Amino acid sequence: MGSIRIFCTLLILLSTRLLLAQATFPENGVADPRSGYYALLHATLVKEAGTILTDATLVIKDGRIVAVGTGLPAPAGAVPLDCKGKFIYPSFIDLYADYGIPSAAAATRGGGGFDFLRPSQLESTQKGPYGWNQALRSDVQAHTQFAADDAKAKALRELGFGAVLSHVRDGIARGTGVAVTLANEKENLIIIKEKASAHYSFNKGSSQQSYPSSMMGSIALLRQTFLDAQWYKTQPAEEGLNLTLKSWNENQSLPQIFEAGDKWNVLRADRIGDEFGVQYIIKAGQTEYQRIADMKATKASFILPLNFPAAQDVEDPAEARFVALNDMKHWELAPTGPAAFEKAGIPFCLTTADLSNVSAFTRNLQKAREYGLSDAAALEALTRTPARMLGIDDKVGSLEVGKLANFLVTNGPLFNEKTLLLQNWIQGIKYTIKEDAAAANGSYQLIVNTASGKETYQLEMKSTSSATVYAKDTLLSKFSFDGKQVKISFAPAPVRQRPAMSDSTRRSGGPGGPARFMGAMEQPLPASATRLSGISNGTEWNGVGTDSLGNPLTWTATLVKLSTAPAMDSAKKKEMPSLGNVIYPFVAFGWDQGNQPKLETILIRNATVWTNESEGVLKETDVLLKGGKIAAVGKNLADPTARVIDGTGKHVTPGIIDEHSHIAAASINEGGQSVTSEVRIADNLNPDDINIYRQLSGGVTTSHILHGSANTIGGQTQLIKLRWGAGDEELKFMGWPGQIKFALGENVKRSSSPLGNNRYPDTRMGVEQILVDAFTRAKDYQRAWATYETDRKAFETAKNKKGLTAPLAPRRDLELDALVEILEKKRFITCHSYVQSEINSAMEVANRMGYTVNTFTHILEGYKVADKMKEHGSFASTFSDWWAYKMEVEDAIPYNAAIMQKVGLTVAINSDDAEMARRLNQEAAKIVKYGGVTEEQALKMVTLNPAIMLHVDDKVGSLRVGKDADVVLWSDHPLSIYAKSLYTIVDGTVYFDRVHDEQLQQQIEVERLRLVRKMNGEKRAGAPTIPAQPSYQLMHTCHDHGHSHGLLVIDNDETIQK
Amino acid sequence: MQKIFLTITLVFSLAAIRAQETVLPAKEQKGSYYLTNATIHVGNGQVISKGTIKVTNGKIEAVGNNISIPIEAAVTDLQGQDLYPGLILPNSSLGLVEISAVRATQDVREIGELNPSVRSIVAYNSDSKVINTLRSNGILLANVVPQGNFVAGSSSVVQLDAWNWEDAAYSTDAGMHVYMPSLLPRPSMGGRGGGFGGFGGGPAAGDPVKEGLEKIEGLKTFFREARVYHQIASPAKTNLKFEAVRALLEKKQRLYVHANTVRQILVALDFVKEFDVDMVIVGGSESYQVADLLRQHRVSVILQQPHSLPTATDDDVDQPYKTAAQLQKAGVLFAISDDDSQTRGRNLAFNAGTAAAYGLGKEEALAAITLNAARIMGVADKTGSIEVGKDANLVVSNGDLLDMRSSNVTAAYIQGRKIDLTDKHKLLNDRFEQKYELKGKKGF
Repeated sequence: MGSIRIFCTLLILLSTRLLLAQATFPENGVADPRSGYYALLHATLVKEAGTILTDATLVIKDGRIVAVGTGLPAPAGAVPLDCKGKFIYPSFIDLYADYGIPSAAAATRGGGGFDFLRPSQLESTQKGPYGWNQALRSDVQAHTQFAADDAKAKALRELGFGAVLSHVRDGIARGTGVAVTLANEKENLIIIKEKASAHYSFNKGSSQQSYPSSMMGSIALLRQTFLDAQWYKTQPAEEGLNLTLKSWNENQSLPQIFEAGDKWNVLRADRIGDEFGVQYIIKAGQTEYQRIADMKATKASFILPLNFPAAQDVEDPAEARFVALNDMKHWELAPTGPAAFEKAGIPFCLTTADLSNVSAFTRNLQKAREYGLSDAAALEALTRTPARMLGIDDKVGSLEVGKLANFLVTNGPLFNEKTLLLQNWIQGIKYTIKEDAAAANGSYQLIVNTASGKETYQLEMKSTSSATVYAKDTLLSKFSFDGKQVKISFAPAPVRQRPAMSDSTRRSGGPGGPARFMGAMEQPLPASATRLSGISNGTEWNGVGTDSLGNPLTWTATLVKLSTAPAMDSAKKKEMPSLGNVIYPFVAFGWDQGNQPKLETILIRNATVWTNESEGVLKETDVLLKGGKIAAVGKNLADPTARVIDGTGKHVTPGIIDEHSHIAAASINEGGQSVTSEVRIADNLNPDDINIYRQLSGGVTTSHILHGSANTIGGQTQLIKLRWGAGDEELKFMGWPGQIKFALGENVKRSSSPLGNNRYPDTRMGVEQILVDAFTRAKDYQRAWATYETDRKAFETAKNKKGLTAPLAPRRDLELDALVEILEKKRFITCHSYVQSEINSAMEVANRMGYTVNTFTHILEGYKVADKMKEHGSFASTFSDWWAYKMEVEDAIPYNAAIMQKVGLTVAINSDDAEMARRLNQEAAKIVKYGGVTEEQALKMVTLNPAIMLHVDDKVGSLRVGKDADVVLWSDHPLSIYAKSLYTIVDGTVYFDRVHDEQLQQQIEVERLRLVRKMNGEKRAGAPTIPAQPSYQLMHTCHDHGHSHGLLVIDNDETIQK
Repeated sequence: MQKIFLTITLVFSLAAIRAQETVLPAKEQKGSYYLTNATIHVGNGQVISKGTIKVTNGKIEAVGNNISIPIEAAVTDLQGQDLYPGLILPNSSLGLVEISAVRATQDVREIGELNPSVRSIVAYNSDSKVINTLRSNGILLANVVPQGNFVAGSSSVVQLDAWNWEDAAYSTDAGMHVYMPSLLPRPSMGGRGGGFGGFGGGPAAGDPVKEGLEKIEGLKTFFREARVYHQIASPAKTNLKFEAVRALLEKKQRLYVHANTVRQILVALDFVKEFDVDMVIVGGSESYQVADLLRQHRVSVILQQPHSLPTATDDDVDQPYKTAAQLQKAGVLFAISDDDSQTRGRNLAFNAGTAAAYGLGKEEALAAITLNAARIMGVADKTGSIEVGKDANLVVSNGDLLDMRSSNVTAAYIQGRKIDLTDKHKLLNDRFEQKYELKGKKGF
């Protein structure tokens, strides 16, 4: 028993023997110092991408390269290794591994956003002198947690990696990363650089603290932290010691790596960096190729995961029905990603990150090559680029004297599909990956010593899994050879007809391989087969076995002649598959590149024109749009350059403006706190939202994207124009003074939370106090800055500075900045509101604090207090006929808009709903029905009036010469249910054209069919598929009421309830 | 004379200062009266211009152009207004939910998956404030439907002018409601990707198709056992759930299957095949893809909400608006409903109007909220069209009822009774018009 244990211990010691010596560590036994002095001779050596040495020598010692060159002899003392026919490359580097790092505690839920249905965690649970937010973990240092893990290292070594950058993948600020090699040695010796990088993301990870609960909240938190960290450098007494901010500052000198995750997040990350003079290295997702020009414009370097979507099983039309075109297109185009980066000249490296199994890396790299990635770029992306990004190119990334002896030995050009990675040397230690067993291919003489004497056979080894054995005739045989162990079995071939192929003898090639059929050699052997097992001793194999009768035997096989290896064709690549186009935006109804709508001169002739100006409604009138503006409205207009549209029997109106919308954004509600004026919808627009197009079809040209109603002072809103296909910045309405969302009532006191509420306020009394408190703080802040500015000027102009100290700037507070903007009338409020008490209180606080509530939105009891609203100077933006979906809309009436209008308020009708937004003209019509306003007044409620309350009525809202050419041509009276938009024009560009829409539908059908067939083809060819994944869409709402969004939409609220 | 009568009615209903509590159900109609000079939209596609109808003891006694009117008769000259059959809201939680966010006001969804014995009619609140707002837009009957996780119980058709649910009941327990399992995989939320705005977690655990199909098999087993139970004269142990499906399996009750996807609908056809029930698909957003099969199996459809977004991003932007016309073309019997939880059903006519804008004839669109709805609910013998012998359920509008631009309901009759069109909203409007002295103001 005891001896067995000792034996086992010895085995472990032997197998994990550390090859690198460390001076301070005592030796348990007899020292075994070695310098690992080797000379690899006669190899084809690639020092770095593009520099190839033939008949090269590589000399390594003590884990480093000591010589490299053509035809150098092996120095005395070095063990010579003949590498004739072999290739040597630098080992790969992965900058986005989590090797050796304990995996972060998974967030109990993620992906959703603010949770209306649960109490909040308002404070950080992290103990110690850290910052206020648990998602900021800049104090984390990966090297203090790093523990080598050979099982994981081995998996990476097998792919060719020699060094990786690891960090703790948890939180928005994630602290520092550590660069290590993948040698199986003590941590002390394999760390290349202890603080090699600093890491960030938008994902708060394991933090359960409520803030931030949105994309824009994450961005705001980063922005504020940049400012706080600057301020912290002044050692403000009121902050004490803050290790989070301290580390944040210390980490700034390192390469800054941001995990973005998709194309829009890349731009978001890059912008926040630009704001503070940081150029992030960006860890991408899968979709960046869809906006490659924007990626280039970031000037960032990228870390690209080689993670491509699997083909879906779409053979069942009932299942294919729910797989969206964009998902199928993405499946087809994702492997073009690395090639797109190469073509665009964007620096990038490749990572195994995001792969559920890293072994898919090699296969996906092959796929990327097939889709256009060059070998030189691939090698560069795996070696020199990552080394340079991290500033460790003095140690790794190429094969030069003085660098770590991290290199690969292959039996052919590196990326050739048939090439075997034989060895991965790391810090001068050889890790054998694969034996080049096929190098033993050839003819052998096989002699079997049986009791009855010698039997002689010929054996022709064709590959590691196939050999033919002959005596007089060819025998049935099975063979395997792994470079060391040999297994051979054979039996006389039966003298009968081969049975017809049946399903059971067919076997699939397994994942990735085409189906194969068993040939004669692979027919099952009879039980009486002769079975041999042995060991290769080089050119001779020796072993034992049993004959057909079960008698033991010995055998020897001797090499007669090696086969000449077929020349490897490194240049030969699979042909580039034919692919569909990238479309803008990347969703159905997107435009093909080069086919985007363009600015035109357009003359609409002989229509009924609703001017919204003093001219009123003009019959048989022309409208000329030129240079993106309204050029003329009148009779008999002409312009020879114009595209003429016949408007006979049709109506022209200004484009519809939706004062309250939640489309086209990655997140809507930051409810982590009751005051979040620092968050900005502008930070997280989503131009891929299909609802942009759908709303264009209903004549909408401008939408006000509001923060939700989760909290009293919500976020800054963003006005957009529905420029379908544009990027996120180009969606923005230029020259618009900002607005901000406020909210009152049930949502902000979280009445819908079944588990109760612990976030102040819980009553309308508290809502008022939040407003009073926020603006009191804002005014103090405003004053503190004014005082500072005065003192600063005094200091700067003082002639004698002796005895004077420069005044310290107050802490910049983005939350209060936004409120000061309100006080300074640079930012305007749109306030979610329902019942009269809260409306009056909001106005009373505003009067007391010196600001105006610009717009009351929803305002369903506005009719009760319209006179007070008029006195205060508010606008009103409401629904036509919604009511009774919650307690505070018990008294909502469809006459609301008309009463407010008659009292003298400027009234808008909004949607707050992606479906209703495309029928806003009809919603306006209801105000004629309920309350009897005129038709012109009603139309203004969805055009000019929202423009007024958004302070853009100098640009849009009516057909006045010089205003933006945002125009709709309707098939019928614009307030009629029978009216359809024929053309929706934004800035003189036709973004929706009903005839073109029909063509697009046909194109979508054709493209869908092509992709379904292609996926089915892959499945039939044996490629792995996953079950069809219905393409659900996440729809953001302000959590106020239900919607009719269809069965593939998951409302953001709903995700949280689940 | 008639003109004055009309004007007085209008002024009275708007100016009366009282709460909805004093809006009384009208008394039973006795004797005869005539409505003349109307554009009569019969409900079956026919339009009679300058028509007259005669109502006697709550029923339509005559319709047409050549109806002789005795000199002393009670006559209302409609002055060319449009006369429609009372609209029917075919799928509604009216009277079961007062305010959807307030749990105490919800009586629509019972606990459990197998509730065939649950009856919506007994919880119907005929004093719901929502009811009168529907009447103001011409909706005079509604199918009051229980909701649930699977077998939710039976619905009843009510008329919207009643003192209590017994008075309101128009056709009791006429439909059994099954909510189909979704049969569509849901994504799991989360994943580490961007953190917000994505699913990222891959497919959710479990196979919803398999689970759903098992559930449906369970229901079929239940029906089979119920059938055997029904043949026993006096079973030792009474099973109320079996009892509750007796009418259904004897074809005296219809099976309403709430389903949207093709797969859900195809699976539901099993009920028709094996149990020979009269089936109605409720929802039916994807029904246009199997319209031929629906007609072939005589399955009708209630399109729950044409004012909806398309199912898939790739779909025709206007697909939900066009579905009705596609069903019409295929010869499927269908009705249109308005299930909108914000507007509480009052936009029923406009959902039909939208279908008319996208390929359905206007009279066909009207039929989808009158006669065809009545047929689907099994009350076409009593209502749904302006035809002799039917209840005088009538709506007068001074303009096209299907278009919000022109819809203006000036009078309505249920079983011949002229009902009071005052509602909470009109009263609140009146209250504040008085506060601001807005009477007659057209705005600025």
